[in-house]
Amino acid sequence: MITAERKPMEEILEFVRPYSRILLVGCNECVTVCAAGGRKEVGILSAGLQMALMKEGKTLDVKEVTLERQCDPEYVEELVTYIDQADIILSMACGCGVQEIARRYKEKPVYPALNTKFMGASERQGIWAERCQGCGDCLLGITGGICPIARCSKRIMNGPCGGSTQGKCEISSDVDCVWQLIWDRLKALGMENRYEDIMAAKDWRSSRDGGPRKIIREDLAE
Amino acid sequence: MKTESNIEKILASGQLVVTSECGPPRGAVPEKVKEKAEMLRGYVDGINVTDNQTAMVRMSSLAACIIIKQMGLDPILQMVTRDRNRLAMQSDIIGAYAHGINTMLCLSGDHPHFGDHPMAANVYDLDSIQFIQMVKKMRDEGKFQGGEDIDTPPKMFIGAAANPFADPFELRVARLAKKIKAGVDFIQTQCVYNLDKFETWMKGVCDRGLHEKVAILPGITPMKTAGMARYMKNKVPGMDVPDELVKRMAGVPKEKQAEEGIKISIEAIERLKEVEGVRGFHIMAIEWEQKVPEIVEKAGLLPRPQF
Repeated sequence: MITAERKPMEEILEFVRPYSRILLVGCNECVTVCAAGGRKEVGILSAGLQMALMKEGKTLDVKEVTLERQCDPEYVEELVTYIDQADIILSMACGCGVQEIARRYKEKPVYPALNTKFMGASERQGIWAERCQGCGDCLLGITGGICPIARCSKRIMNGPCGGSTQGKCEISSDVDCVWQLIWDRLKALGMENRYEDIMAAKDWRSSRDGGPRKIIREDLAE
Repeated sequence: MKTESNIEKILASGQLVVTSECGPPRGAVPEKVKEKAEMLRGYVDGINVTDNQTAMVRMSSLAACIIIKQMGLDPILQMVTRDRNRLAMQSDIIGAYAHGINTMLCLSGDHPHFGDHPMAANVYDLDSIQFIQMVKKMRDEGKFQGGEDIDTPPKMFIGAAANPFADPFELRVARLAKKIKAGVDFIQTQCVYNLDKFETWMKGVCDRGLHEKVAILPGITPMKTAGMARYMKNKVPGMDVPDELVKRMAGVPKEKQAEEGIKISIEAIERLKEVEGVRGFHIMAIEWEQKVPEIVEKAGLLPRPQF
């Protein structure tokens, strides 16, 4: 999933202060799962903003809406009914959702209430960790299902570097050395012999380095 | 011979190689480079010039190498993949070779986390093994990494680093084998204090016959104080300083500790000379370059071969 965290309250208040009517829009997908921008978080932020502004002697009219998917034009269209009653839109989706709203509602300012973080997985209750950088050319088949691009601090493809210490990365003992994890897994799978195959220099064009990316499925495109 | 490198010539003659290191200044002070390099004249066969060592900005390795080359000495161009993509690295390699620099060390480089610009983007377009492949392809095939021909290819003698003490230990010989497969000619290791562990690693290297394919130069760094010994033991990732060395340093009076540190280095060289596969030494006296001549002399490594 795409993970996100709510911005600090003061930063959001800066966006909102000049206005009196906001449309606060959550998303029912990834940001709901990572507890950053679902229906529940929309309610909490709405109450928080109104209270904070009340202390400043202002009233804020908040319309709360949580869409099924904010990155999908079909659902973003649903905001049409509320848009005229709002000065601005405050989005609690990832950056994709914020931009979809900006594309559809050209005359209304849209502000992000979240910082979009990474593509990750839930490690345990309340902890999410980065797993994928979307490099566009997946290596997981040769690294035992563990990604060195997303999870090595130097994104080394022929690791581990000389800084690996007792399974941890040199930059912090809180960071696992992904090459230790890969090696342990290759051993468990009886695939140690693969280790000495040199992984060639990567063609980063499939990643962000090749410019903004697009998928065109001719079988589906209208 | 693959190159004109002084290091390659000495290795081919069967003699031990001695290299040292010179960290460029943090400013436009060419005199500093000259001062450090001059101390090493006649005592070493090549001078590594670090590339933004510990992720701190310094005079570029290439610029400092040119200064040293102009003094009639042999610089070893260190280059890290942290700060440059493959275009920048290849153009600097050609530029270095155009100035007569024929030996280099291919590294990934310390993570920016450790330096004075932790906010910088890290490049890591290549890792150190892919970097070695690129330099070898430039030299032996006369081709850029992208595949096009080079007009007068740079003939670099290719060095790399190895840390026999990092984890997982069982991968340390295998990773060296990957560097050899990629095309490395010589290896300078992490500072060796744990001689037993180094010898275990070397045995693994020799058991696979890898010592016949690459020249290994163990790293020697004299300790100035007991405090430095403790710091290296506890704070530097991938460094293995045995307790008895820390105790030995702490066991002599403060004013004698530097001398003791030098003595430890000389003893290490004497012992490692006898280890199969050791082809020389890389003496890194960090901000203590003036001690290198003494170590080289007392370890019986003089005179240096002349070609």
